Amino acid sequence: MPVFAPGLVGPALLLSAVLFCIGVAGVLLRRNAIIVFLCIELMLNAVNLTFVAVGQLYGMSGQVIVFFVMSVAAAEAAVGLAIVLSVFRHRATVDLKHANLLQG
Amino acid sequence: MLATLQAAPQSIATAASAARWLWLAVALPLAGFLINGAIAFWQPQAKRAVSLIGPGVLLGAFAVVLYVAKSVGGVHLEAPIIVRLWDWIGAGDLRIPLAFQVDQLSLVMLMIVTGVGSLIHLFSVGYMHHDAGYARYFAYLNLFVANMLVLVLGDSLPVLFIGWEGVGLCSYLLIGFWYQDKANADAGKKAFIVNRIGDFGFLVAMFILWYAVGTLSFRELAVMAAGAFEGHTALVTAATLFLILGCTGKSAQIPLYTWLPDAMAGPTPVSALIHAATMVTAGVYLVARTNVLFALAPFSSMVLAGIGAATAIFAATIGLRQYDIKKVLAYSTVSQLGYMFLGVGSGAYVAGVFHLMTHAFFKALLFLGSGSVIHAMHHAYHETHSHDDPQDMRNMGGLRKAMPVTFVLMLLATLAIAGFPLLSGFFSKDEILASTFARGHDEPVYYLFWALGMAAALCTAVYMMRLITMTFLGENRTGAKEAPHLHEAPWIMTGPLVVLGILTVAGGLFNLPAFVGGHHWLETWLEPVLAPAAAIRPALLPHGATEWALIGAAVTVALGGLWLGWRLTSRAVIVPAKQAAAETGFAKVLFHKYYVDEIYDALVVRPLLRFSESTLWKQMDQGVIDGLGVNGAGRLARGLGRVGSWLQTGQVGLYLVLFLAGALYVIHVVTR
Repeated sequence: MPVFAPGLVGPALLLSAVLFCIGVAGVLLRRNAIIVFLCIELMLNAVNLTFVAVGQLYGMSGQVIVFFVMSVAAAEAAVGLAIVLSVFRHRATVDLKHANLLQG
Repeated sequence: MLATLQAAPQSIATAASAARWLWLAVALPLAGFLINGAIAFWQPQAKRAVSLIGPGVLLGAFAVVLYVAKSVGGVHLEAPIIVRLWDWIGAGDLRIPLAFQVDQLSLVMLMIVTGVGSLIHLFSVGYMHHDAGYARYFAYLNLFVANMLVLVLGDSLPVLFIGWEGVGLCSYLLIGFWYQDKANADAGKKAFIVNRIGDFGFLVAMFILWYAVGTLSFRELAVMAAGAFEGHTALVTAATLFLILGCTGKSAQIPLYTWLPDAMAGPTPVSALIHAATMVTAGVYLVARTNVLFALAPFSSMVLAGIGAATAIFAATIGLRQYDIKKVLAYSTVSQLGYMFLGVGSGAYVAGVFHLMTHAFFKALLFLGSGSVIHAMHHAYHETHSHDDPQDMRNMGGLRKAMPVTFVLMLLATLAIAGFPLLSGFFSKDEILASTFARGHDEPVYYLFWALGMAAALCTAVYMMRLITMTFLGENRTGAKEAPHLHEAPWIMTGPLVVLGILTVAGGLFNLPAFVGGHHWLETWLEPVLAPAAAIRPALLPHGATEWALIGAAVTVALGGLWLGWRLTSRAVIVPAKQAAAETGFAKVLFHKYYVDEIYDALVVRPLLRFSESTLWKQMDQGVIDGLGVNGAGRLARGLGRVGSWLQTGQVGLYLVLFLAGALYVIHVVTR
């Protein structure tokens, strides 16, 4: 199986790790639901990048999984945005600090 | 000779195949219970169907028993026929089949239960016909007979115990038959609870026997008990003493007799069937059935005879001062049951069973006769809308003119129970007293029991003649308006009375002793059943001059008592119950039954209630169970939940941090 750019695998994995950490940090630190949501997408795409890069070494199955992740992410985006919208309708804010109904 | 040898196994096989039909004798009353019960639920007015089914199933059962008795009677059975129906309990070494044991003793009991039972069912058709609970009554009565048959047929103690509990239940249901009156319901409860104490003894006895012998079947007990208890007299004594406790409950002996007089709250035919003729004799039957155990434990036998003698005299003296006609008969029953225990305790099992049989005849007759009297009295008071007590003998008197058939038959039964020569009770009571006296030669304490028995016989004759005199002789005290309404019962009630009257007179023929030319038929008949006990501790009977002296004494006491009872009562001025003055002196003590109920109330019931309320209820139940157990568990869960809920801040950020930490930890563990 041909390897198109073996030298790029290492930098690609590094980039995906950086993107993932940015996503994690954003999810943990930001309060705006939209931003948190975007950060989750960022993490997903970091993972996608990992799959593509590793797929260069181990065959095409990594790239196939990327399509699955993208389709799930699309569905998740639709549901997630709908939730954010309905939270906004009820509370007139998307600040996660105020979404604490589950407090024990 | 050869022919008889060849014929013997053949006829035993025939008898065994005939005995297989006995399941029908139990199934018929059971079916009657189900059908009558269904009628009671959905068609309580359908009295004609009930009148057919209720006594009909009993007559059918009686026919089955007669058929089996005819087949078995011609064969000399050395070992009982076991009719195995199905496996009931199997647990470890314990294997208990639901099996019936057909032998000479169970056949005698079967005949009494179904025969006397049929007569009482027929009587009930007349007695209960106007009662709203007619179908319910026959349902209970059929169920009782089915259980009683299981009791006498059971081949092991647990199967017998099914019937034992079943008849207790039916007794409870029938005592409280008119449950709208709280006193009746209370009497039923009392009978049930007092019997529970006895049942506890029965159960413990079964545990001991299982532990010591390893079997609960009567047949195996008879064979194995002597070997298993060799050198363990204490164990067999304990087992039999607990059995005695069970018998004192069911058969109304000291100290558990108090329920039986109260049981008269039920309909009178019930008193005749359950509380005189059959159920209360279950204790005597049980002792006769486990005769080998009692033969192995002479101390227990002595206790049994002592209880019997004490009960006989105790209850007989109470009977001297009761005014309720059924109460007199109830105490008479307790007293006569005491005689039976005196008999079986003295080792004279045949005499005990014989008295059981004759007592079933004459006491059933007495109770049904009193039922006939109460029926007439109730009718008279009903017509004139009076609220006087139809059972109080002070309101009766002179009934011989109105009810001649009942009078003659009850007089016959009175003479029989008092031991008038050549009537049934004379032979059976005489045999018990004679064998008690003979036992006294080896164990002198039995002389005391004999003396108590003689005194009780005197009291019996006195109170029974007092009953007859107050009820039937002299002037009528019912009231001028009521007297014309007193009349004889219908034929459906007097018919059974006549049959019982014949049995009362002729019952002695079943075991006619040698001194009147008899052959001790019952004794010969029961010999195989009682052989295990006879081998260890044979029944003793006096001979020659002693025998004649004892008979002379018994006859003197009986005739003297009858004369005394008539003389004292007919001379006394009796006024109707409403105008009667309160009793004084010792008569008051007797009238209040030695205050035994009050003493039990103060010594047992009240302390138990107090203990239950203060300790068991308020401390144990409310404090420990509710406080520590139920609410404590809830409080613990709530406390832990409060601690856990501190984690639930509702802030997504915190959840995510924890999630991340968890994920990192898992990765750390997996990749290490």
